[in-house]
Amino acid sequence: MTLDLSLLPDGGVPWLAASGEHSGIVLSSRIRFARNVAGYAFTARARDGERLRVLAQVREAVPRVPSLVNSVVLRLDEMNLTERQLLHERHLVSKELAALEGGAEARSGAAVLVSDDAGVMVNEEDHLRLQVFRSGFDVNGAFQAATKLDRELGGEVPYAFHHEFGFLTSCPTNTGTGMRASVLIHLPGLVLTQEISKVLQGLQQMGLTYRGLYGEGSEVIGNFFQISNQTTMGRSEDELAEHLTRVVRRVIEQEEEARRVLLRDAGYIIEDKLWRAYGTLRHARSLPADEAMNLLSGVRLAVGLQLLSGLSVYTLNKLLIFSQSAHLSLEAGRTLTESEANLARARHVRQVLASEAGLADR
Amino acid sequence: MLCDQCHERDAVLNLTQIVENAVTQLHLCEKCAAERGIETTVSMPKHPLGDFLQAVQQQALLLPGDATKCSYCGISLKDFRASGRLGCAHCYGAFEQSLRDLLRRVHGSAQHVGRTYAVPNPELLERDVSLGALRAQLQKAIESEEFESAARLRDEIRTLEIALIR
Repeated sequence: MTLDLSLLPDGGVPWLAASGEHSGIVLSSRIRFARNVAGYAFTARARDGERLRVLAQVREAVPRVPSLVNSVVLRLDEMNLTERQLLHERHLVSKELAALEGGAEARSGAAVLVSDDAGVMVNEEDHLRLQVFRSGFDVNGAFQAATKLDRELGGEVPYAFHHEFGFLTSCPTNTGTGMRASVLIHLPGLVLTQEISKVLQGLQQMGLTYRGLYGEGSEVIGNFFQISNQTTMGRSEDELAEHLTRVVRRVIEQEEEARRVLLRDAGYIIEDKLWRAYGTLRHARSLPADEAMNLLSGVRLAVGLQLLSGLSVYTLNKLLIFSQSAHLSLEAGRTLTESEANLARARHVRQVLASEAGLADR
Repeated sequence: MLCDQCHERDAVLNLTQIVENAVTQLHLCEKCAAERGIETTVSMPKHPLGDFLQAVQQQALLLPGDATKCSYCGISLKDFRASGRLGCAHCYGAFEQSLRDLLRRVHGSAQHVGRTYAVPNPELLERDVSLGALRAQLQKAIESEEFESAARLRDEIRTLEIALIR
């Protein structure tokens, strides 16, 4: 199967639009529910036939699930590595579902349903991972939509549920609500003022945890953090969503304060550093992925500080995702080596920035 | 990129210092950063399973009332300890005591609060329970090499599984 991205509504990434509240700092808000279908062993323990039947059962229910009526079904078990990686770069599937490690094939029945802002991973660690993304800081909006999707799908497909333990998941760290509420947040101010470790410690004391741009096990890079609830049991879904919203609102305030301090105490140094980042992105001929991410972080800060005008956060969001390796390989029509990808990445970034350059240069 | 201090390990941290309007950039590895008293926020966050697996390890013995194996999927508490993953929904019943204890340690509570759920078609779940019993019988039949009854059980399971989808 060849992945036809035009099938995906908004490319599967409408949250890049930078339309929500505080979208300069918070890239996206996400809610996911982990669910298992009653009647089958969990994914890792299920036989091939069982996983295929889980997928068949979900697909059969789709016409009766309003949130998924317009969804596209993508079979990861029929895709090559580059295609699976591309879906991962768009946050549509987890690393596990895409089988990105160890050169393995995706397991049979591995699939993702993608609707406007809702998606369902099928045969991930749990049979179903329902997720909804919203642009900017809108945990509640994502929560409402995800809850609707969950009720609709759960009314058609029987979930594994226990009166005392709640929704049953493969890993007990997800049992109960099965809910993970998270925001993808950019905190360069707190990193530069070295306040970040205090903030992260504070998060942990409040029952929240942080990860990198791509969730569990991913590195923090480009000052992008994913903040989410650590525990899933003993608090209701509403409480979990409200708690995250409250704490993240405070983190945003701290980030804004850190940026004010930076400008006040080191104004021209910061300005110089960020313009240099912009200059490198505009003119470099080879850009490794990590470096691009860090430079984009700098330019994002420059836009946030209004040092650089005319460059939209939407453009920066797109660059963050579309300048990654699998996207470049798909554009080139073949799998690029690392050094080829670095050249292609530099070219892609130059072209995008040049088209907005008239606005940005001053 | 190698660490600017030890020139041995990979740099994981990009340290920007501003001292009296002079900016210095240092690329440090985790160890050298730690020596300078900098907390490395770039390192891999601690795996949440780490704590949890440790908690599992501490449970050396089966708690009374728990089964040695889940009759539906066949995993033991030992298998769960090794992988950190349960095999099926019925494991929660088979290892109820141990799991209640574990959930309390992981989440601070072993009682689900929040949305309750009722399956859309309870008849399906009854089939689900009989499926589990049939699978256990099939396993026994295979182990004792009673292939005729194994084949019969396999067909019964298949019929039920197909009925579950419809």
